[in-house]
Amino acid sequence: MKYLNNPARFAVLLGQMWEGLSVTLSLFSLTLFFSLPLGLIIALCRMSRFRALRLPSQFFILVMRGTPLILQVFTIYFFLPMVFGSVFDRLTAVTIAFSINYAAYFAEIYRGGMEAMPGGQREAAHVLGFTRAQAFMRVILPQVVKRVVLPVSNEVITLVKDTALVTAVGMVELYRVARNAASTVGTLEPLFIAGAFYLALNSLVSFLFNRFNRYFSYYQG
Amino acid sequence: MLLAEKLYKSFAANGVLRGVSLAVNKGEAVAVIGPSGSGKSTLLRCLINLETIDKGKIEVGGETLVDMDVGGYAPREQVRRIILKMGFVFQNFNLFPHFTALKNVTEAQQRVLHRSRAQAEERALDELEKVGLREKAGEYPYMLSGGQQQRIAIARALAMDPEMLLFDEPTSALDPLLTQDVLKVIRRLAEEDRTMLVVTHEMDFAREVADRVVFMSDGVAAAQGSPADIFALPEVRAFSAR
Repeated sequence: MKYLNNPARFAVLLGQMWEGLSVTLSLFSLTLFFSLPLGLIIALCRMSRFRALRLPSQFFILVMRGTPLILQVFTIYFFLPMVFGSVFDRLTAVTIAFSINYAAYFAEIYRGGMEAMPGGQREAAHVLGFTRAQAFMRVILPQVVKRVVLPVSNEVITLVKDTALVTAVGMVELYRVARNAASTVGTLEPLFIAGAFYLALNSLVSFLFNRFNRYFSYYQG
Repeated sequence: MLLAEKLYKSFAANGVLRGVSLAVNKGEAVAVIGPSGSGKSTLLRCLINLETIDKGKIEVGGETLVDMDVGGYAPREQVRRIILKMGFVFQNFNLFPHFTALKNVTEAQQRVLHRSRAQAEERALDELEKVGLREKAGEYPYMLSGGQQQRIAIARALAMDPEMLLFDEPTSALDPLLTQDVLKVIRRLAEEDRTMLVVTHEMDFAREVADRVVFMSDGVAAAQGSPADIFALPEVRAFSAR
């Protein structure tokens, strides 16, 4: 007990963790902000009639899901500056890596949701004179959202934990703060406290998704 | 009103329509009967462009939807306008599950015909009233029986002011009791001299309601005429007696 029975030291640790948490939350929310819509675009490309859209998106999804996220983070972080000649701010680089990785997963979830739609829905929209865009926006998409809430929540929960990976490129976030504190003083306590933070975050995520899921129970089918 | 000439349609190597021709005049109720796999549903689906034909010509209300000998299909916008002349009722209803009964009937009126919400709702309630379901306006499809869902689907089609109605086995997914509710609605439409093309397995209904019956077999209209004449044919009797 090197932190829990030392209020002064504990307060300092919590302060540092709070700052680490804000970095974690930035990465988390930026990644969702970009990857949720990007995933939809990739899913639509993946399902396109045009090979020129379908094949590249298929390849993109294969690479993003088929290689370790940490490798993608390294690649973006170290190679982007070489390509563009300028240094990327850490959070920017890491956000790019996370966003495209998660977009690939979301794309496949959306695609699953869309392919599970009965063909009759599109057909009904067609005979009523809806344009393709109207059919998608008014008929297909709202129903797909209901179908993907649970699989998306799975990914979002994973994302909360995956943010710890960015320690690898030297970003100081919640996990890094805890690890530093643990090695400085020689105790595992900070790591368990960090674990409690992640658990609390994911409890909130689960709660929100359950609410969201319940919202959609006003209809079935 | 509707003219289909020598339609051909294959799925893979399987010829489903093999030169079927059909005309429906204004105010006429035509029933299409025939064994499963004879191409009845495919014919109907081609007429409203849910399937594309390989060969032949389709005219609706004097406008050419497709003529494979002259230029193929009309441009997309024109196709959309032409198929709006027809209301289509599916075997399995295909109501939008995320909309209430009312919204199922108003949505296309607002988005496609650009009616105001008030106009669309007034019309929708009127159509729901006619199919006896005005009090279900606020309910979602999953709360309703198959027969009720089908009647709402009919209201949805009628609210678009189609010049004719196409029914694709409208009662095949329903049990006998619910079937009668739906048939009652279709019978009333026939009495109003609506132009209708009904694919059905309900032989009594075809006999009673149709001005003309088309017997399809192997992708062609093997026979057509008055119900009395058609149901007197030996091949039709052999089929309808089963």
